[in-house]
Amino acid sequence: PPPRVREGPCGSTSPPDKGGRGPAARPPPPAGTMEIVYVYVKKRSEFGRQCNFSDRPAETNVDIQPDPSQARNFIERDPIDAAIQCASDMSEHEVNTERFEMENEGVNHLEGGWPKDVNPLEMEQTIRFRKKVEKDENYVNTIIQLGSLMEHCIKQNNAINIYEEYFDDEETADIADEPPSAKTINVFRDPNVIKRTATHLSWHPDGSKKLAVAYSSLEFQRSSKDMSYESYIWDLENPNRPDLVLRPSSTLVSLEYNPKDSHILVGGCYNGQIAYWDTRKGGQPVELSTVEFSHRDPVYGMIWLQSKTGTDCFSASTDGQVLWWDIRKLTEPTETLVMDISRKGVLENALGAIALEFEPTMPTKFMVGTEQGVVITCNRKAKTPAEKIVGTYSGHHGPIYALARNPFFPKNFLTVGDWTARIWSEDSKESSIMWTKYHMAYLTDGCWSTIRPVVFFTTKMDGTLDVWDFLFKQNNPSLSVKVCDEPLFSLRLQDNGRFIGCGSKLGTVTLLEVSSGLCTLQRNEKNVATAMFERETKREKILEARHREMRLKERTKAEGKEEDVKVETEEETPEELLARVQKEFFEIIEAEIRRKERAAKLSRAQVAQRPGLPKGWGVAL
Amino acid sequence: HRRERSSPPAAGPQQRARCCWGESLEAEVEETLKRIQAHKGVIGTIVVNAEGIPIRTTLDNSTTVQYAGLLHQLTMKARSTVRDIDPQNDLTFLRIRSKKHEIMVAPGNL
Repeated sequence: PPPRVREGPCGSTSPPDKGGRGPAARPPPPAGTMEIVYVYVKKRSEFGRQCNFSDRPAETNVDIQPDPSQARNFIERDPIDAAIQCASDMSEHEVNTERFEMENEGVNHLEGGWPKDVNPLEMEQTIRFRKKVEKDENYVNTIIQLGSLMEHCIKQNNAINIYEEYFDDEETADIADEPPSAKTINVFRDPNVIKRTATHLSWHPDGSKKLAVAYSSLEFQRSSKDMSYESYIWDLENPNRPDLVLRPSSTLVSLEYNPKDSHILVGGCYNGQIAYWDTRKGGQPVELSTVEFSHRDPVYGMIWLQSKTGTDCFSASTDGQVLWWDIRKLTEPTETLVMDISRKGVLENALGAIALEFEPTMPTKFMVGTEQGVVITCNRKAKTPAEKIVGTYSGHHGPIYALARNPFFPKNFLTVGDWTARIWSEDSKESSIMWTKYHMAYLTDGCWSTIRPVVFFTTKMDGTLDVWDFLFKQNNPSLSVKVCDEPLFSLRLQDNGRFIGCGSKLGTVTLLEVSSGLCTLQRNEKNVATAMFERETKREKILEARHREMRLKERTKAEGKEEDVKVETEEETPEELLARVQKEFFEIIEAEIRRKERAAKLSRAQVAQRPGLPKGWGVAL
Repeated sequence: HRRERSSPPAAGPQQRARCCWGESLEAEVEETLKRIQAHKGVIGTIVVNAEGIPIRTTLDNSTTVQYAGLLHQLTMKARSTVRDIDPQNDLTFLRIRSKKHEIMVAPGNL
């Protein structure tokens, strides 16, 4: 009998038509469930009988046709390829081990190998042991055999020294082809959590194995309460830990080793005081200057003087004073000078001093670079304070951060400030004789090379160190190294001219070594450099003379005009002046933009024409 | 140059034929060591046994102990290196040339 498609719960057995019994009355099954059930009936007496299998062809029990109305509940989907993999899920993980602290320590050797019955400290026992060994036959034979071998080698050594220096007299070839490069040797980081700027570096005078770094925060009122006041002396071999910690009462802005006595350092503090340390006595300053007689502003410049006692130094600060000190008595300065260029000694008119320059070969003269962009030369031995200020050189638009005389040509000096570095000659007071182009970032520090007279180094606010070889290239630095991402604030060259330390805003001091091309004197360099400086100085002098003539001519012309005609020139009101200036400014900008567009269009047209250039077009792009 | 010699006693492959025995052999040892020390350029001589104990020395004690300990290990290392590269090979002599001196080591059979 055909099976019934019945809707009902599973497992129901209801008697079919087969047995002749009628179907029992059942409650209708709940709607929604569907099952296929094949019902059969068996007599109880037939239970347990063995199975009697027989073959029969397949018969369709149920054939359920698709219900098209159901299709409306579904949306057809595009077949896609889906990849599956039977594997466990894994994730990538990075691990960084902690920094391993290493320290160098010595180890004491002990005698070892002695047999148990011999006490190595007892002379008698050891002597007896040795005598016993010497009597051994083995020992004797070996010594004789090895002795002959050893003698052979010694005689070899005495006969000829194969490791001698050959070709010593020949000069090393010019390393002109090697491009200049600099590589980082070491990096010293500020160990404190709150990083401070490394404002000043000073190399140890003997052998430069240590570097003293002054840390402070130069931003106005930015120093937090937790900022540490410490400054450090680093040993070049150990960048993990400072060699000595200096603890002033206020952060140090400048720090200098005494060139005569390598244990003494003097530092200028942020609050204007001067302190000096003796490294043998530890990290506390030996003496501190009194607040009343110190500077009123941070001490930006600090230099040791040449004197018999080796204890004189002088300091400069933006409060407009230059003070001389004897470190044996820091209670008050030995001398003061007010940087007032009108020579009246009025402190209110004084210019703030930032950079100091002193050359030991010219002990009476010194120079001061000011915040206002003026370099003042002074004579220490002048009779009256007014005569102390000899002359001024102005040319920078902003504070002069570095001031240095050329060690080979003391008449020429380098100033670094605003966006340029300028080279001056003492004779030309109106302007500098040579200057670099205007950069995109401020220049923060600079110094001459101690080996090559035409090489100098500058640091910038974008973290680059520039090495200029002014004989070779004047429009661009010979080498530009990006030391770090934060601004670089200070720079110091070691005396051998090879290693430079640069201090950054986050207190990281990077030690770089320049390639030998930049720190070996080239052939004939001094003569060529002399010629260059003289030529530039002469050019400036000629220009100066011309300017003076022109000004004189104009003045006489103007005076002549006044006598003839009294022209009433309208005084422009400030608003009109401002409007006129604004208009001129925008005109210049627009002209520049138009010029740039024209140039870009021209170059684009040239590029487009390049693949199918007809003969005769020599386009250099 | 400063040169030193260190050699531990062990059975040598070559035995010298001698006319006399006993004390004269020891006398010959003395003579050999004296001769070596007398050469031009020799600063000191040390004789070290297989355990690294200095048997004979012409230098002061602390220097001797230092040299004996360090060179002993270095010689063993050098010998094992030579042997590792070629097992049939053996170290005959070791010279350490430095900026200031040269150390010469004649190894016996360790």
